[in-house]
Amino acid sequence: MKRYSAFAIAREALRHHTGWQRAWRSAQPKKAYDVIIVGAGGHGLATAYYLGKNHGIRNVAIIEKGWLGGGNTGRNTTIIRSNYLQDESAAIYEKARSLYETLSQDLNYNIMFSPRGVLMLAQTEHEIRGYRRTEHANRLQGVETRFISPAEVKKIVPIIELSGPRYPVLGALWQPRGGTARHDAVAWGYARACSDMGMDIIQQCEVTGISQKNGVVSGVSTTKGDIACNKLGLVVAGHSGVLADMAGFRLPIESVALQALVSEPIKPCMDVVVMANTVHGYMSQSDKGEMVIGGGADGFNNYTQRGSFHHIEETVRALIETFPMISRLKMLRQWGGIVDMTGDRSPIIGKTPLNNCFINCGWGTGGFKAIPGSGWSMAATMATGEPDSLAAGFGLERFREGRFIDESVAAGVAH
Amino acid sequence: MLILTCPYCGIDADETDLAPGGEAHVTRHGADASDDDFEAYLFHKRNPRGVHFERWRHVYGCGKWFHAARDTMTLEVFGTYPAQTLVPPKTLQTKIKKKRPDWKGFKK
Amino acid sequence: MSTRLADHGRLIDRTKAVEFTFNGKRLKGFQGDTLASALLANDQLLVGRSFKYHRPRGIVAAGPEEPNALVGLGLGGRFEPNQRVTTTELFDGLSARSQNHWPSLEFDIGAVNKMMSRFFPAGFYYKTFMFPRAAWKHLFEPVIRGAAGLGKAPSARDADRYEYFYAHVDVLIVGGGIAGLAAALAAGKTGAKVLLVEQTADWGGRALVDGVEIDVKPAAEWVAKTLKALNSMENVSIRTRTMGAGVYDHGYALAYERLSDHAPETTGPRHRLWRIRAARIVTATGAIERPLSFAGNDIPGVMLAGAVRDYALNYGVSVGDRTVVVTNNDDAYLTAIALARAGLNVPAIIDARSKATGELPEKARKLGIRVETGKAIGKVIGSKRVQAVTLAAQAGEGATLEEIKCDAVAMSGGWSPVVHLWSHCGGKLNWDEDQAMFRPDPARPPLGKDGSGFVIAAGTANGHLAAAPAMMDAYAAGKRAAAEAGHKAAEGGAAPVAKSESQDRIEPVWLMPQGAAYKLRAKTWLDFQNDVKVSDVQLAALEGYESVEHTKRYTTLGMASDQGKLSNINGLGILAHSLNAEIPAVGTTTFRPPYHPISFGAIAGEARGGLFKPVRQTPLHDWHQKNGAHWEPVADWRRPYCYQRDGEIVKQAVTREILNTRQNVGLLDASTLGKIIVKGPDAGRFLDMLYTNMMSNLGIGKCRYGLMCNENGFLFDDGVVARLTDDSFLCHTTSGGADRVHAWMEEWLQTEWWDWKVYTANVTEQYAQIGIVGPKARQVLEAMGVKGIDLSAEKLPFMTFAEGSIAGIQARPYRISFSGELSFEVAVAASEGRAFWDAALEAGREFGIQPYGTEALHVMRAEKGFIMIGDETDGTVIPQDLGLHWAISRKKADFLGKRAQLRSYMQDPDRKQLVGLKTEDPEVVLPDAAHAVEGPKRENGMENIIGHVTSTYYSPTLGHSIAMGLIKGGSRRMGEVLEFPVAKDRVIRATVVDPVFLDKEGIRQDV
Repeated sequence: MKRYSAFAIAREALRHHTGWQRAWRSAQPKKAYDVIIVGAGGHGLATAYYLGKNHGIRNVAIIEKGWLGGGNTGRNTTIIRSNYLQDESAAIYEKARSLYETLSQDLNYNIMFSPRGVLMLAQTEHEIRGYRRTEHANRLQGVETRFISPAEVKKIVPIIELSGPRYPVLGALWQPRGGTARHDAVAWGYARACSDMGMDIIQQCEVTGISQKNGVVSGVSTTKGDIACNKLGLVVAGHSGVLADMAGFRLPIESVALQALVSEPIKPCMDVVVMANTVHGYMSQSDKGEMVIGGGADGFNNYTQRGSFHHIEETVRALIETFPMISRLKMLRQWGGIVDMTGDRSPIIGKTPLNNCFINCGWGTGGFKAIPGSGWSMAATMATGEPDSLAAGFGLERFREGRFIDESVAAGVAH
Repeated sequence: MLILTCPYCGIDADETDLAPGGEAHVTRHGADASDDDFEAYLFHKRNPRGVHFERWRHVYGCGKWFHAARDTMTLEVFGTYPAQTLVPPKTLQTKIKKKRPDWKGFKK
Repeated sequence: MSTRLADHGRLIDRTKAVEFTFNGKRLKGFQGDTLASALLANDQLLVGRSFKYHRPRGIVAAGPEEPNALVGLGLGGRFEPNQRVTTTELFDGLSARSQNHWPSLEFDIGAVNKMMSRFFPAGFYYKTFMFPRAAWKHLFEPVIRGAAGLGKAPSARDADRYEYFYAHVDVLIVGGGIAGLAAALAAGKTGAKVLLVEQTADWGGRALVDGVEIDVKPAAEWVAKTLKALNSMENVSIRTRTMGAGVYDHGYALAYERLSDHAPETTGPRHRLWRIRAARIVTATGAIERPLSFAGNDIPGVMLAGAVRDYALNYGVSVGDRTVVVTNNDDAYLTAIALARAGLNVPAIIDARSKATGELPEKARKLGIRVETGKAIGKVIGSKRVQAVTLAAQAGEGATLEEIKCDAVAMSGGWSPVVHLWSHCGGKLNWDEDQAMFRPDPARPPLGKDGSGFVIAAGTANGHLAAAPAMMDAYAAGKRAAAEAGHKAAEGGAAPVAKSESQDRIEPVWLMPQGAAYKLRAKTWLDFQNDVKVSDVQLAALEGYESVEHTKRYTTLGMASDQGKLSNINGLGILAHSLNAEIPAVGTTTFRPPYHPISFGAIAGEARGGLFKPVRQTPLHDWHQKNGAHWEPVADWRRPYCYQRDGEIVKQAVTREILNTRQNVGLLDASTLGKIIVKGPDAGRFLDMLYTNMMSNLGIGKCRYGLMCNENGFLFDDGVVARLTDDSFLCHTTSGGADRVHAWMEEWLQTEWWDWKVYTANVTEQYAQIGIVGPKARQVLEAMGVKGIDLSAEKLPFMTFAEGSIAGIQARPYRISFSGELSFEVAVAASEGRAFWDAALEAGREFGIQPYGTEALHVMRAEKGFIMIGDETDGTVIPQDLGLHWAISRKKADFLGKRAQLRSYMQDPDRKQLVGLKTEDPEVVLPDAAHAVEGPKRENGMENIIGHVTSTYYSPTLGHSIAMGLIKGGSRRMGEVLEFPVAKDRVIRATVVDPVFLDKEGIRQDV
């Protein structure tokens, strides 16, 4: 693979950009692989990448029903943070965040990780306590966060309205090394690196069945024929239930639509990511200048990638109260993605009742930020056959035991 | 933005008047349940691509819970019926079968 | 140069001059102008700079598809960036500024990017800026961000207001051209309820500039007649300046009405968002012309042929004196003919097709216009305006055959039906090979709630480009929509007959000339605003970004603020050609709402300020407000955190309130507490299932504290239950929990135990509940005047209630206590709340009564070791964790949460359990939510956290700090000293103690 660099661009400019190689090879399936990963989204591609890079397993196929990176990887609001309360979450999200720091260099693909900082506003006394709790936990977990005063918030985000009539800003949890990245580039960068290691990325190929022998997975049937494998990783987010059905087990997952929207682009006015959980809205500004806004999820099962408009209304209202200047901006585009919500809203990584078949799903509304950590952990789990230390708490069995990893506790309930 | 007909008050209720309540016809497993049954009761909700039976409450209306049969791929609503039943009405099942010949039928 | 013609201009009123400014320059236009036509009339060709290369850009279109001509409009609280000049109606005093340049529009430093463009192909930023690592955030990204972004951010608060409007109709028709009008007429005649919306200020659409005849008369006459007819139908509403913005599931649609953008001095809302439910939606949204892809097609003066015609005929504005027309279809000949008839020069019509022999080309030739077939524009010469074009063979590589002097180019690559609204909710498209366009596939419409198609595309939007079939199609669509909504048409009533000049077949041209060399392709724009060129799409294909979504995202094609209205199909053509695939196989990207950007203000509507999540108020809200309440938001309520007296800081006020309540008597507004009546023969049985403890055996007149868990076993609400009569209970809930608990009860009653005879009513707001708390509480009540109640400890002991009259008000005092003091919580009718409160204050004056707020309440309950839902619980805590075993019945066979609490992890002795914490230094208060650690760090480098502080205060009563916490295996750690590292270099040590700090025996409350 030819490396990307400013020099390479200059060289190609002189020959009218005719010498660029394909970012990833176009592949047809072989008869068998050591490992098949179903799902060429961020999590699936990252799993394959770390299987190759950390564990030397390179006879790998990544099978994708549509086009790579076309699911939630390409339709989220690109926020990266690790200011989680529970030890298990903080560990894996912080691992992911720290991998993001060097991912452009690792992949030789600029994924534009921008640690511009993430602010989570506290707008009730109760929320202050919740974020204080996270701050204390994070310091002991090795995650850099700090609870800051309204005056500091205003300094970081001059366009914010602190004394909103309904929910004044009472402070915020500040993670200075949180931020954003270019979502498509994460998928493309991993795909290019996987392809370069000799792995096959097979797009437009839908899995129609999972075969097993004596309780051990043996391969998949696809729209491009049967493919055998020793180990199978299911990394397909909202469609996990369908694959689990094929493999003969059930998942604590429901698929719902989550929406997001962007404004027309304007010149830079907000350098950080701001999340306002009491009023349900969050906003950042993309490098193109669009205000990127995340909204709420529907409460009913849905596979249409379309959500209900009242969620958009609620989000926009909340954000106008928080940032009055956006009132005269315009919504350019709204869209939806299908998110996989588990029983405790935390992900599932680990083994399944079918031997040598592993699952990674349930990232819900927050999967993008976890991609490198999720892939790292899933790869280790698949390579060794046992959950690694990051995945240990996220196994399927926790629901049976009642061992929830519940992150909503910091938000808690009002008294 | 769904519209569901409340089988109690007959109103075509807008989604904003309704609260979703997840899968319908789930059997409660109480104090003496086995581990398997209890886990399935709480967590193994059906999440089909296609026909789904689900619970809704007409929360900003008559306040009643009811059930709806809906396609999760197209959002088509096959019908709604009162919540006080253990299985979907036969006529509704027949209607769904006619519209979705591939449907495997209602399973408890 | 562009200028105002002496005649034409059917939309302008030449008797009404209008003054406006552009970049501070004072200019003149006429009433009826758009800002675009007025700028052109003043020869302001250059109006903006592009996103990436900062190339000079002019107006390309005449409608919402305009990609280039975006300006900042207005000042202060009315400033708005990125307004399209083509959709901005001119008004007196309008002030516009161009965007994305520095220092000025004419001389923009950013334009050096243009020189460097060969180094900035599609996706170049993915390939560089990686070293050194910190440089992305600190150097490269800020530069890129600063260069991108178009308009300036508004800084002031919006001075305007907005509103919602609801409409429930049988048929919504979007588009007020002749198709929309015909559909409305057909639907209206059936009696169906019809709403017709048109995005511009005028009816009739393109037919009026295209010389269409209807029923053998000019289209304008039919439009006027039809409007009159529609206005006379009571079942039909019609709205201009109202754009169909989005179509959503089950017939939901949004329309965006701009009420005062064109007349800012009017009062009333600026925008109105229509939330529409329609049984059927007819999209008569017309078509948008495509540019042609030739080198220099972005230079100011190059414009869509239809737009050139619009400016001439609608506004009497000529874009140039000498306009070259370039086309691959007959429609553009209309422009040449219109210009020639207006006395303007058309040096040539350059037609890429090998022959042009139809009615229109012949007409053009008759007017003496030179028609060159099989030819292409090689390139446009000029920079800030067009100077000439080179003529080349379409089949060749761009060699110049001739240079043709001109100052404008009118281009037409064919027309694309506006299929956005059809597609928003899942309508599918077919590629029409003959007409080289995507059109709605009637067999695959968006499906409504009953599974049938609910959107009907009509007229040009349905792929009928000629007026006659468009008219027939639209009339039939209106009729069908009404019929499907339940309104059958009477027999007869034929469609109006439209006639337009016949047009020959288009020949798709995706690149001009077809073999254009790289240097030309690198100057051939597809997406004007985002600066995406033909060479960029080809590069994406070369590098394997083959999916149309990959190409879009890699090149940013179609991602600008026009969302690809001009660029998508041309880009698709280039991509398909690069991949050697057919266009339908490559497919389109997804159409998402809105059709055209809509203001956030309109989306928020009236729900701003005080109307944004309105505050629930207790009957005493005003009193609190007037008496120094320092408010705290609690769920939807606000409660006084404390009442500050003059000169007091919050902390002092809280301490005063606590001490006064403990020593004298305090007054608490507890009205926000949830109150739910549960009544019926099975009420006791039902509450036994809901609460962990037994309620069915509670005596009438008695109270019992109860806990509610969800089916996961987690504690989610608590409160005191009072048995009112044999078959009725009153359940108190937390302030935030009332609605949730009531819904919870109904859910179980209706969906699980529907044969149980139980009724519930949430009476939270029917009562004011006022706590009179402290050693002198009984004296205060007695002083208020009690009738029918014996308040003595013997007759009204702890955990009972009575009913009677206090201060002449019907009241129900409960002997319950959340402070550990002698306490009466008195429920009175909400309407009597204020009178009771005043009476208590009056009677209590001699006893030193003072109101207290939520913080004093919190401190006092913590002194007593009482839990607070949300502090000691967080959704993962079971009652056993809190040492509340006494409140969990062992006798009951089942209750909600019981089974879950039997699971292995719930039985783990190492679960976090509630303990009291006493700091080594009694003056030191543990910080809120501080965490305890134990032993060495874990393998992964994290400290070994064993729990956290849930409540922590300085107790003024006890004179030392107190805290509670949830600590792993806490119940076994009594007496252990725990370490709380509260900052990098600070550890607080605290001993594990009993969580009840004050009056463990309960003597104070039981008097």
